[in-house]
Amino acid sequence: MFELIGIPPQALFGQMLLGLINGAFYAVLSLGLALIFGLLNVINFTHGAQYMLGAYVAWLLLNFLGINYWLALVLAPVVVGAFGILLERLMLRKLYHLDHLYGLLLTFGLALIIEGVFRNLYGISGQSYPVPPVLTGGYNLGFMFLPLYRGWVVFVSLVVCLGTWLVIEKTKLGSYLRAGTENPTLVQAFGINVPRMITLTYGFGVGLAALAGVLAAPIYQVKPTMGADMIIVVFAVVVIGGMGSIMGSVVTGFMLGLLEGLTKVFYPEASNTVIFVVMAVVLLIKPAGLFGKAS
Amino acid sequence: MKRLSRLALAAALMLALAVPVSAQVSDGVVKIGVLNDMSGVYSDLCGPGSVEAVKMAVEDFGGKVLGKPIEVVSADHQNKADIGANVANKWIDVDKVDVIVDLPNTAVCLAVQKICQDKNRINLISTGASVILTNKNCSPTGFHWTYDNYALGKGTGTAMVKEGGDTWFFLTADYAFGHDLEKSTAEAVTKSGGTVKGSVRHPFPCNDFSSFLLQAQASKAKVIGLANAGGDTINAVKQAAEFGIVQAGQRLAGLLVFISDIHSLGLKTAQGLVVTTGFYWDQNDETRAWSKKWSARMNGRMPTMAQAGCYSATMHYLKAVQAAGSDEAKAVAKKMREIPVNDFFAKNGKVREDGRMVHDMLLAQVKKPEDSKYAWDYYKILRVIPGDEAYKPISETECPYLLEKK
Repeated sequence: MFELIGIPPQALFGQMLLGLINGAFYAVLSLGLALIFGLLNVINFTHGAQYMLGAYVAWLLLNFLGINYWLALVLAPVVVGAFGILLERLMLRKLYHLDHLYGLLLTFGLALIIEGVFRNLYGISGQSYPVPPVLTGGYNLGFMFLPLYRGWVVFVSLVVCLGTWLVIEKTKLGSYLRAGTENPTLVQAFGINVPRMITLTYGFGVGLAALAGVLAAPIYQVKPTMGADMIIVVFAVVVIGGMGSIMGSVVTGFMLGLLEGLTKVFYPEASNTVIFVVMAVVLLIKPAGLFGKAS
Repeated sequence: MKRLSRLALAAALMLALAVPVSAQVSDGVVKIGVLNDMSGVYSDLCGPGSVEAVKMAVEDFGGKVLGKPIEVVSADHQNKADIGANVANKWIDVDKVDVIVDLPNTAVCLAVQKICQDKNRINLISTGASVILTNKNCSPTGFHWTYDNYALGKGTGTAMVKEGGDTWFFLTADYAFGHDLEKSTAEAVTKSGGTVKGSVRHPFPCNDFSSFLLQAQASKAKVIGLANAGGDTINAVKQAAEFGIVQAGQRLAGLLVFISDIHSLGLKTAQGLVVTTGFYWDQNDETRAWSKKWSARMNGRMPTMAQAGCYSATMHYLKAVQAAGSDEAKAVAKKMREIPVNDFFAKNGKVREDGRMVHDMLLAQVKKPEDSKYAWDYYKILRVIPGDEAYKPISETECPYLLEKK
């Protein structure tokens, strides 16, 4: 049997697949972030907290109302998305005319508050969310055991990412959105309600974060810090992909998941750092990101 | 002039001599400071629950010692050694705190224990884990109460090898605590005739263990040792279940598991896990009685070994103050070593010269969901490990002030 730098191929395939699975989370989360940044020019630091909210809403629905995973998959993003819309209407909107920094500070502060509230309510160790019965178990692929649920996560992520991309690139609504990004005043002059479009986009981006949260609930603990753990990596993904680039963030999400997976085999100690090393290198060589347009 | 200065000198001398006699309790109050992680990764297993346990000890003692009131203060060290050191300094210099209790996180323990030693105050470590605290970095006024890495590694390591789990692979949190825990467990495993097939160091904290679990699976070791704690252990156990690792025949050994972790994981995922613990709430009538009292004050949760240890350590400290007739640290430390520890937490526990409180440990297995009859009914006790067997023998001590004595 051939080996690659001392690692048998089975192990390598397994690790690459795992990397892709993690990449799926990065992709969905960074997609939402990129969307929001593209249209609102807001660096949404509450994204991690909204991801956590998604997981908690699913958990609350299950434990207090007996609503199962499948309904939660739809309900949680709607609930959290609505919360996002409220946030945009009441707070974010007032900051658009100011520097980026104000939006960042507001969302960062909100993230801390939301996380603090949940920490206070539910403690730090988190709650367990069971894998839905249909998706328990898994397949033996020969080179690794693939839990069914993880396969499902990749599938959903791909569908969502592709769907969002299609809507934005190929539909009329998408063309409004893109035009709104370029020149909101002109688009408004054509009779399109840009502020409402912005609100809905923010709601959708937040909904995506919540969806990722529901997807993550059965894999990781549902805990208040789950978003904070994730958000930094996801920001790095968005920066590498190019701020505001939809396709860039999706492709980079999967790519970096893969890279991180491989690092865990060859040099596990660096697996937390590798993404940031890549970010530093990309920023030095191509400051606008891999898929970004230099302004 | 000469006479005057002599007189002044004599007066000063008298004053100096008089102080320790009249003020047995410095500042007219015995102040206990609970310093731990109030909001971070360890806040569920110690945090506010430890403060409550210490308050209960004070109440049960009667709220007064040597006729002076006892006060409890608390602070969050946020798992940062510099914050911990600042709080300890301020407590001792400004707030006149006499004893610092709990202290999760070895880095903070080391900093605070040194300060207490230099400023002649007692520190009682309950949640901190490393063996070095009563070994290389021991202190004449520092005590380690509930458990340590040596006892955990030895308890679980030896038991698993005896049951046939003689090949091991470690998933180790990549910082001092994890390395220490891996080392002491690996020693216990090899001593009992097992072999260590390898280990992988994962970042701390770590969300996704799938990759490391796959490596552990590929090693074909019979036992996967989890040399990590809190959220990391929870995630590793949860994902091992997901990847069918236990079903495929490998066993998991949680080396530092608190009952709060099991509660968070749920029995369905955690079942079968073998753990070593310093305390289990449901062990006997005495432990149950105390735990239920604590539980009533803590929203129905049950105490971890760290929280119960805080009560026991505080109670013993107060008894020692009473016996010493003073709250001066060296006198109290001497009494703490003389008096045996006998409460719901420890039977015939003894405080060794190096500051280690030696008491029986429990080897437990997490129950199957169908065997759990009521809330928090999580452990089946497999064996009581006698204290002298559980802890590192004092003959192997590297404690500097003990070596000097020899």
